[in-house]
Amino acid sequence: MGSEVPGVDGMTQFLLELRSEEVPARMQAGARRDLEKLFREHMAAAGVALGALTVWSTPRRLVLIAHDLPLATEAVSEELKGPKLGAPPQALEGFLRKTGLSQEQLMERDGVYFAISEKPGRATSEVLAEAIPAIIRAFPWPKSQRWGAASISTESLRWVRPLSGIVALLGQDLVACEVGDVRSGYATMGHRFHHPGEITIGSAADYQDKLRACHVIVDHAEREGLIRQRAKAVAEAAGLALVADEGLVIENAGLTEWPMPLLGRFDEAFLEVPPEVIQLTARTNQKYFVCKKDGKLANAFVCTANIEASDGGAGIVAGNRKVLAARLSDARFFWEQDRKKTLAQHAEGLARITFHEKLGTVADKVERVAKLARWLVEEGIVKSSPSLLGEGDRSPQASGGGAPPSAASATATSPSKLGEDLASLAEQAARLCKADLVTEMVGEFPELQGLMGGYYARAEGLPDAVADAIRDHYKPVGQGDDVPTAPVTVAVSLADKLDTLAGFFAVDEKPTGSKDPFALRRAAIGVFAIVQTCALRLHFLEVFDCAIATLADQQLPLRSRLEELGQGAIDIARIEKLPLTKAYRDGLHLAVEQTSIELIAFLADRLKVQQREAGVRHDLIDAVFALGGEDDLVRLLARVHALQAFIGTSDGTNLLAGYKRAANILKKEEYAPGESNPAPELAEAALIAALDKAAPTAAAAVEAEDFAGAMAALASLRAPIDAFFDDVTVNDADPKKRAARLALLDRFRVAVHNVADFSKIEG
Amino acid sequence: MSDASLTFQEMILRLHAFWSAHGCLILQPYDMRMGAGTFHPATTLRALGPQPWSAAFVQPSRRPTDGRYGENPNRFQHYYQYQVILKPNPANLQELYLESLAAIGVDPLMHDIRFVEDDWESPTLGAWGLGWEVWCDGMEVTQFTYFQQIGGFDCKPVAGELTYGLERLAMYIQGVDNVYDLRFNDTVSYGQVFLENERELSKYNFEVADTASLFDGFAKAEAECQRCIEAQIPLAAYDQAIEASHLFNLLQARGVISVQERASYIGRVRDLAKGSCAAWIEKNTREWEAKFPGWTV
Repeated sequence: MGSEVPGVDGMTQFLLELRSEEVPARMQAGARRDLEKLFREHMAAAGVALGALTVWSTPRRLVLIAHDLPLATEAVSEELKGPKLGAPPQALEGFLRKTGLSQEQLMERDGVYFAISEKPGRATSEVLAEAIPAIIRAFPWPKSQRWGAASISTESLRWVRPLSGIVALLGQDLVACEVGDVRSGYATMGHRFHHPGEITIGSAADYQDKLRACHVIVDHAEREGLIRQRAKAVAEAAGLALVADEGLVIENAGLTEWPMPLLGRFDEAFLEVPPEVIQLTARTNQKYFVCKKDGKLANAFVCTANIEASDGGAGIVAGNRKVLAARLSDARFFWEQDRKKTLAQHAEGLARITFHEKLGTVADKVERVAKLARWLVEEGIVKSSPSLLGEGDRSPQASGGGAPPSAASATATSPSKLGEDLASLAEQAARLCKADLVTEMVGEFPELQGLMGGYYARAEGLPDAVADAIRDHYKPVGQGDDVPTAPVTVAVSLADKLDTLAGFFAVDEKPTGSKDPFALRRAAIGVFAIVQTCALRLHFLEVFDCAIATLADQQLPLRSRLEELGQGAIDIARIEKLPLTKAYRDGLHLAVEQTSIELIAFLADRLKVQQREAGVRHDLIDAVFALGGEDDLVRLLARVHALQAFIGTSDGTNLLAGYKRAANILKKEEYAPGESNPAPELAEAALIAALDKAAPTAAAAVEAEDFAGAMAALASLRAPIDAFFDDVTVNDADPKKRAARLALLDRFRVAVHNVADFSKIEG
Repeated sequence: MSDASLTFQEMILRLHAFWSAHGCLILQPYDMRMGAGTFHPATTLRALGPQPWSAAFVQPSRRPTDGRYGENPNRFQHYYQYQVILKPNPANLQELYLESLAAIGVDPLMHDIRFVEDDWESPTLGAWGLGWEVWCDGMEVTQFTYFQQIGGFDCKPVAGELTYGLERLAMYIQGVDNVYDLRFNDTVSYGQVFLENERELSKYNFEVADTASLFDGFAKAEAECQRCIEAQIPLAAYDQAIEASHLFNLLQARGVISVQERASYIGRVRDLAKGSCAAWIEKNTREWEAKFPGWTV
């Protein structure tokens, strides 16, 4: 090694720059991680001790600097353990074959053979010269390509875009290597336009400064910081507030080597287009930031140029302004076109869109959602609330299509009338909730689904409650998203998700493992969030019966499956109540039952996952579920929460211990419930007395949904059961006493089961 | 920019001169209706096989669904693409491209030129490539692609394709906001030449075109393409694939193809394009293998 200025103790810096044609911005962060990972792996495999690494990226280069790299690797002595001295000859022969050594070369220690291999130290430059091509060839780009004359073979080098240069310097020395037709060298390129020529790099030490002098800020984090700060500054200089957008900061930093945020204006007339549309088109199509003034979207944008133009960027801003104007003209064209039809007219087009081959068109789905939304209101599951009254006050047409105008004065309306209004509004909103899918605007910007429907609904004068429901019915989309609470929205959102769940389960398209193509888990979590937030009292079995019956009513292909399952139909009273065509009823029973059972199991599973994140123990959910018949989420969770609080107390812990002891005895012994001991011992009598009191109290409390009360009743059993186990011998010599005491323990277990199946509780 | 800026036709002539000087054949537009210059057989078919190929040409491009009855300043159902195809791509293709922009008056120190990721894919051609849309002050002025596959076949070697949007570039260079205000030459505007065409063709595409004949034409082109493939005349077969593709675009503009059917139609056009490419390769493979030892499909 002839490095002239090695660092302290024979350490030096290594610089690697992989230059290519523009790397997609979205891939740069991953590429930095991959470069670091691959480099560490290669150095570790070669025994090169690594200190700190710096990794940078620009659109045209990926850079790695290894600080404190040794100039040579240490000699390594590796020991491989072989057979014992007295082992059969085949074992020794095998070991010699494996190591390529003779018996004399082996070392003996503690009666065991060892093979010692000495790896001499290697020059780091040599290791690097091998590693660089290997890293380049193994680089895991999400998409890569071939290029140039070499691509006459498909075996030619692949890279994200053509690889154009490699700088590899250990200290000041070139690490000579070659990959494809690219050879390493000292030369790189500066900014594409500000400094089109080559630059010669001396070492890692001058790399960053030399590039900066040639209008390249090589550190991506520095560019991000510049964009963040200057974009804000140019907005503030114009009296505006930048709408911060970290994704745009990173993307623009990935598109520039010399970022220059510039503020431009667009015609104020475009502000008639919904602000979300303007922001989205500015962001996704043009990568511009938007600005606000007094909390409202302003007619200004911030673009990030890659050059410092001599006119201060005036020409660039003018060009960008024109492009944005064209985009906004298109958006306004869509906005105007779409409003030429009513949402109801747009909705006709839904018959042409397949929702799922087995579940019909989106129009079919909408029909089901509408029925289900109405049903949710008519069954009293979704009720009017003050918020709906408020909306009614604001909007004189709150009663929606068909209802007489007199119903508009919601405050003066009877509850049943209000319920009917709510049902009509829910059905109306449901029928229109997917109509925007066939609008031009949503065709162009699919992420605006729902939102545009809301705008169009308001524009045509539909009640606010309906417009809000159309806008928000996809919510909640994920954890942390707003959960609807307005009654009409709740009915539509819930109906939409329940129909999706019921539909896909009915046609046997259930999530498996990591595959959940129809986002049913998300739908389930959405249902939980709505039910919990709004404290809706519903029985999932009934709800799914209705949802599946609605599906069945449409005579979709799932009919065959339902009928197939329905052979030897069983009688389920609740199906009889459903609004279902007679011809269909017979084939349904078992299918409904089966689908509902699968659905409830799926929901229970998702509930456990969701509640675990909220700190609720899954075994406690199991303990309540195990009692059977609980399909009311609000009640279930109230019970689980009370149980969790109780189990955390010393009464709870001890009662659980007593329960487990009793259950263990009962598991082993034969007994008949109902036996009694005419001459009970003191502790035995005390337990009987406690049970006489606690069991009915707990049952009554559960009935009244006073789960804390039920727990308190159980707590009163703790002392008596402990005393019983301390003082009384269950396995008495007298068979009558023994039978009576076993029966008593059984009574105790039954009493506890008023609240939960404690055998499911862990610990 | 200024009054001294290039007219529409001067811009084309400059590009012709530039690419001619860089060894390209200057071809003329293909005489069929098509959605993009990529459909020109000088691109699609010539991008296959090992033999070098450099060509540049203007291709009128028809996008029926983009018609706006001449009322939108920058959306039209008919426009011109300037197409350059270089196989294999030269190592300095980006630099050549930037020089060509300079040749038509774009100063990259005054205007922000950017290469923004845009992976190109043509479902109807069974083709894809990686590259960028080139931005000039935020406006997409060129599609820059390294072809990786055409008609489902690997490009060996890779061709570089540059597709300039001529009207957009001209609007930018001449500093006009409306395409119809472009100076075609010193005395005639783009609107004088094309505005009425846009009005009538938009009406035709969206309202008048007889869908029954279109469906019928599609089926006939499909059948004809198959016959040509069987007859081992891939160039003739490919003409029918182009025809079917355009008829499909018209059917879409008429709004008579449902979302489900759309995928199926795209698949049918792709089959025609792939079949034509396969026939082209089959017909030429022996010659290619002889001239380029070691080359295989």
